Amino acid sequence: MEGKKPPGTVGNSAGLPFSWPGLLYDTRVRGAALQVLLLIVLLLIGYEIATNTAANLRKQNIASGFGFLGRTAGFDISQTVIDYKSTSSYARAFWVGFLNTLLVAALGVVLATVLGFLIGLARLSANWLVARLATVYVEVVRNVPLLLQLFVWYVAVLRALPRPQQGLALAGGATFDVRGLHLPRPLFEGGAWWVAAALLLGIALAVGIKIWAGGRQRATGEQFPVAWMSIGLVAGLPLLAFLLAGRPLAFDYPRLGRFNFEGGLTIEPEFMALLFGLAFYTASFIAEIVRSGITGVARGQKEAAAALGLRRSQILRLVVIPQALRLIIPPLTNQYLNLTKNSSLAVAIGYPDLVAVFAGTVLNQTGQAVEVILITMGVYLALSLMTALLMNWFNARMAIIER
Amino acid sequence: MVLRLALRQFPSPSWRSHAWHGRGEGRLLGSALAAFLLAVSVPASAALSQAGTLETVKARGVLNCGVNTGLAGFSAPDDKGEWTGIDADFCRAVAAAIFKDGGRVKFLPLNAKERFTALQSGEVDLLSRNTTWTMSRDTSLGMNFTGVMYYDGQAFMVRKSLGVASVKDLAGASICVQTGTTNEQNLADYFSANGIGYRPVVFERLIEVLAAYNSGRCDAFTTDSSQLVSERTRLPNPDDHVMLPELISKEPLGPVVRQGDAGWANIVRWVHFAMLNAEEYGVSSKNVDQMLSSPNPEIRRLLGLEGDFGKGLGLDNDWAVAVIRAAGNYGESFERNLGSGSRLGLARGRNALWKDGGLQYAPPIR
Repeated sequence: MEGKKPPGTVGNSAGLPFSWPGLLYDTRVRGAALQVLLLIVLLLIGYEIATNTAANLRKQNIASGFGFLGRTAGFDISQTVIDYKSTSSYARAFWVGFLNTLLVAALGVVLATVLGFLIGLARLSANWLVARLATVYVEVVRNVPLLLQLFVWYVAVLRALPRPQQGLALAGGATFDVRGLHLPRPLFEGGAWWVAAALLLGIALAVGIKIWAGGRQRATGEQFPVAWMSIGLVAGLPLLAFLLAGRPLAFDYPRLGRFNFEGGLTIEPEFMALLFGLAFYTASFIAEIVRSGITGVARGQKEAAAALGLRRSQILRLVVIPQALRLIIPPLTNQYLNLTKNSSLAVAIGYPDLVAVFAGTVLNQTGQAVEVILITMGVYLALSLMTALLMNWFNARMAIIER
Repeated sequence: MVLRLALRQFPSPSWRSHAWHGRGEGRLLGSALAAFLLAVSVPASAALSQAGTLETVKARGVLNCGVNTGLAGFSAPDDKGEWTGIDADFCRAVAAAIFKDGGRVKFLPLNAKERFTALQSGEVDLLSRNTTWTMSRDTSLGMNFTGVMYYDGQAFMVRKSLGVASVKDLAGASICVQTGTTNEQNLADYFSANGIGYRPVVFERLIEVLAAYNSGRCDAFTTDSSQLVSERTRLPNPDDHVMLPELISKEPLGPVVRQGDAGWANIVRWVHFAMLNAEEYGVSSKNVDQMLSSPNPEIRRLLGLEGDFGKGLGLDNDWAVAVIRAAGNYGESFERNLGSGSRLGLARGRNALWKDGGLQYAPPIR
């Protein structure tokens, strides 16, 4: 082995006598040296940018540093998930904006996924009308810019609603008007936690039964009605607890005050417009991803499943979808990332998301563009990386495990 | 490894839906760009502050002036695309002082949120955009106010049909306001000081605020009173709306320059004073040529016939003549854009000259 390889391609580890010039020809040493050099250059550039910025800001007498986060914000925000007043700090305003972004992105992802799967399956439907309608939906919605769709939702749909005094009365004490959707707010009384505990117990039992039934089926081939049992446990146990605990639930109904509906729970039209815009737009892309994923499953798989005597619903659930998911998840991740980032279009319709509140109002009031933009970019980066990480983990679980 | 796992899904399709997009993120991009410019522009801005804004403007041959995106009376494009208004006039006056030609202005429309970054990053030389002079803006944003173009205060507008007589009656009302303004903060202050609850409805552009108010999204619309008068004329039935009597704040609106160039600040400040002094001495765009033969020493000093006052500014001695020719005196510009000669029909009020009982007062040219 020793000495057989040409000296240019082997390192010292190959047993050649050590020599300084020899290092020059060692590919590993050269590679490492280049990487270290690149790292140094990058660090220098980063250092230069940081010191330049600091010097620039000092010279122009622009305040810098992150001390502003502790100061009083002095403005109000229309929709807040956490307690916030105009006397709260800028840091608090940041969290309000961040949570608003998170709220609309999370709900948007769920809604877009459900809608996208339904429409994607509809496009593959044997029913001519359903398939065509789904095609029209996809082609129209994905080819119209999102900003325009947001304006359609906000200006054409939600702005056209009547004033609060003439609001549309909906079932169960809810009303819908130009100021938003006013719902009764549930008030939980003592004993409500029994219901919550029953719900958790139901879910735990359902999971347990699924595991047990799976084991039994593998051992004996006998099936167990897992779905019905799960529904019964998850819905029935809390209901039973609710009745036993003496119905510990009341509602705070919205009442029309002089100007607005007071009390209850108000869903602002800006939030609805953004949520619907994002969900319907992204759903059109997800529908295509789902369709391509399902068509990507080899035809032979379905035929084989049919030959085994599986029902259509079983073929879809047990054979097609698990294989299609492998194709669906990676591009689906991209859509989730898009949706999260697109939520920054909120600023166009006045929804107080991170960009509007923090990179907008706070930036304007403090004038600290560098710090505010850095934090904002950091947040979107972190959100995107976390989504990607989660989806990659899910993808790894769903990937075919070769046996 | 974790990072690689996370990064793997990043590539292209995420850009597709981002390529076109419009204003929303363009703004963020704008702010990000401005932040980036601030970060890397040491050589450029060093050159800028050494050469001085005046030299930079002269070399460029045109004044970059930041104005409102559209506010009748202050700065708005007319049907021919010409910028009109008292703030737009001021841009022309400054350009005239430098170039003897009021046309050498590039107007850059900015919304409330963008304006300061545009000035800080050097995108505009002068911000003449109904901006309220406050201490924090003057001292910690790297810019200086040079004077007060219009003494204003924040007011409220409501529908007559609501039967509201005072701001204090607005408990529980939805109130529309523009973000990035002192109005947004005054609103929060006033209502919390008076212990009244309200619901803010906030938009980035004034036109969106007006549209929201018009659609009934909010009960009241609040901004500076001059702006309210201006915006009211754009509503379908202006007479259905009333202004409430209270003014809840002081809003001294004035031009702004970058901090650190005292010579440039002098020019902007004295162009404003020249317009005020011209009104005081009765010099207008119509009679400025006759006035050149006036024996009055104050007028002769203003018009550069006596003394060497232009030199201190780095301009020719007849700088004020060009200012008055291009924009007229303060009173002329006021009447043409805001007063009796305009659709707004605002009274001079606090903005009258000091000798008429107002607050507009210029130091003497001496």
